[in-house]
Amino acid sequence: MKKSRKQRNIVKFRLVVFASLAGLLILFSLFSDKLCPMDPYLQDLSNAKAAPSFVHPLGTDRYGRDMLSRIIVGSKTSIFSTLLLVTFISVFGSMIGLICGWFENTIDVILMRIADMFLAFPGLVFALAVAAVLGGGLQNAIIALAAISWPKYARLARSQTLTQKKATYIKAARLAGDSDWKLIVRHILPNIMGPILVTAVLDIGTMMMELAGLSFLGLGAKPPIAEWGSMMSETRNLLTTQPWVTLSPGIAIFISVVIFNLFGEAVRDWLDPKNGRS
Amino acid sequence: MRTLLRVEHLTKDFSTHGGETYRAVDDVSFSLGFHEKMAVIGESGSGKTTLARMITRLTEATSGQIFLEEENITRAKGHNLRNIYQKMQMVFQMPVDSFDSRRRLGDGIAESLINRGMKKAEAWEEAERLLGECGLGKEFLTRYPHEVSGGQCQRAAIARALAIQPKLLILDEATSALDMTVQKEILGLLDSLQEDRDMSYLFICHDLALVQAFCDRMIVMQKGKIVEEGTTDQVIRHPKHAYTKMLMDSVL
Amino acid sequence: MAELLRYDHINIRYGQSLVIEDVDFNLASGEILGIVGESGSGKSTLLKAGMGLLGKEGQLCRGKILYDGKDLGQCSEREMQKIRGRELGMVFQMAGSSFCPIRTLGVQMQEAVRAHKRISKAEFMDEALDLLNKFGFDKPDRILESYPFELSGGMQQRVGIVAAMLLHPRVLLADEPTSALDVSVQKQVVEQFLMIREKFGTSILLVSHNIGVIRAMADEILVLHQGKTVDYGKKDDILAQPTSEYTEKLLEAVPRFRR
Repeated sequence: MKKSRKQRNIVKFRLVVFASLAGLLILFSLFSDKLCPMDPYLQDLSNAKAAPSFVHPLGTDRYGRDMLSRIIVGSKTSIFSTLLLVTFISVFGSMIGLICGWFENTIDVILMRIADMFLAFPGLVFALAVAAVLGGGLQNAIIALAAISWPKYARLARSQTLTQKKATYIKAARLAGDSDWKLIVRHILPNIMGPILVTAVLDIGTMMMELAGLSFLGLGAKPPIAEWGSMMSETRNLLTTQPWVTLSPGIAIFISVVIFNLFGEAVRDWLDPKNGRS
Repeated sequence: MRTLLRVEHLTKDFSTHGGETYRAVDDVSFSLGFHEKMAVIGESGSGKTTLARMITRLTEATSGQIFLEEENITRAKGHNLRNIYQKMQMVFQMPVDSFDSRRRLGDGIAESLINRGMKKAEAWEEAERLLGECGLGKEFLTRYPHEVSGGQCQRAAIARALAIQPKLLILDEATSALDMTVQKEILGLLDSLQEDRDMSYLFICHDLALVQAFCDRMIVMQKGKIVEEGTTDQVIRHPKHAYTKMLMDSVL
Repeated sequence: MAELLRYDHINIRYGQSLVIEDVDFNLASGEILGIVGESGSGKSTLLKAGMGLLGKEGQLCRGKILYDGKDLGQCSEREMQKIRGRELGMVFQMAGSSFCPIRTLGVQMQEAVRAHKRISKAEFMDEALDLLNKFGFDKPDRILESYPFELSGGMQQRVGIVAAMLLHPRVLLADEPTSALDVSVQKQVVEQFLMIREKFGTSILLVSHNIGVIRAMADEILVLHQGKTVDYGKKDDILAQPTSEYTEKLLEAVPRFRR
């Protein structure tokens, strides 16, 4: 049963609201350099561990750096590295899955076994291993997370491709003279995009958390780079005395994750075939 | 008589999960002349759809040969196969499923023309003309498959199949999912198209009454084998095989 | 003949649209009424209304459906549960898919019967085997032990009809019961329905788009077009001399097999 017009409008409204919020967040992080009131890397030891005040609305850390500025600048590192990560794994994973599903031959068997292998690693252990081999740092944390996350997309794209491949419209398009390449680009890809897109958008929040988690453990962004996870880690011994210093990057993570998750859910509801869209 | 389609000892084996092979089509030979309407009749599991898929090369034959206008197409591939599709097209049972749900009917109809190098604007003009020939107005060009009725969608599917002016049209239960009144309209359309364009039909069907009304010749398939072949009249009046008799006795 | 099921000038609405308009017929005991119509005619909706299964959006907005003099529209859900299956049996287009795939047919049929009456396992077995025997099944005990997927589509359908008959309903509502079947099996199913009527005097409300099936089974025919009755009467009268243009067109569209 199709949803009523009213329900459809609610879905659309939610999509617009959360898409704009997510867009604002991204824009904000893009221009974060211009937006922060003070230099986030300027140390002022005479003013260290200051409580929130008019000059430092969120106080300062133990080097006297302005927390608000650091959080604003940190948004760029946190959000952009996450977006980069999710874009990469969804595109790369889907390509692999599409190829596997379409050809269903030896390559498929080999690639899917490799994917299973990566899936079998616990994320943290793998990140530790990567850090041990390549050294810490944001870049290596992203590599570690990408390595264990792409198989999810490969599997999804593969199963979607297998379903679509058998559909009658593909047979008809073949009879219309489409080459394999055209069949994939014109028909398969647009028809498997929906679920992949939804997974990717819903993944932004998860990946942001994981990346912050790795940074918190010192396996991600290295000080003095402003990154929310590592900022929480740096300041965690101040939790009892100056809680705002530790909590504010945490709240920043929380808000961003919530916005991206709600955006993901809105996209999912919007793409839902029961929503009356084609 | 010159033959348009000739099939010799065509066989298809499928391997089951148990490692055994299941023979869906077993040593089938027949030929179809120009301007002929031939029916392949059989119940589910008779292999008639597998036969159609082998002829259209959507499924690889295990053994046997397929000749289209005396050209051996059994192993044709790639560019060669795409050329063959200019002579042979197929219409499927479920019209709505045979169109990409994300693209308009016009995109589907024009696809084969564009693939053959026609400009998009020209191809759409041609698609409009084809829709007209199949009894649909140009407003259907921009409709999506789920926005039209089954009968309208099947008309569009026929228009798509006709676009590259094939000589042979394979109709795989093309009217069975449609309402009776719509079925009659579609058959009328196919009849007049045959006159206008001098085409041949391979009409895959399970409905004997329909075959009697529409086809010149028929072959009866059971469990992958041809059990009877002849003109429609001849088979229906004097069935030789017990299975054919049983089928005819079952018609209500 | 006693009037058993009566649809009294009913209108049915789905959301905003009126899908059934002023349909009126009755089914006497032991009678078979065939409702013919094409897609979108509302023929399945009529059956759902009789079973009280219209769902949230559907609404019987005028008229009454009377079973044995009782207004089904006034029955509570509990009362309807008692009537469904026991008084009004239902046969679907694919009876096979109404069975649970991971339990044997015997177990499922027994459960369905026990929902309505207290019966021991032995009694159930006797009755089920007896009924399967009556309908000419080869190895009834094997059928009760099998899982749905072990039987062919046609066999599943025939077992589904037997399952519906276990409670000896007085009326069978059948929705396109032969449409998914091969012609040879189709004939067996039609014969099975005719046997049910002969042996148990069950009334059958048959919905189908297949005029052949209706012709072979029905005593009376109702032709439905876009929610309205366009023809209603004795089978032979309607088939020989349809009163409406639509019925004429419909009959003309069906190729008649000549031998």
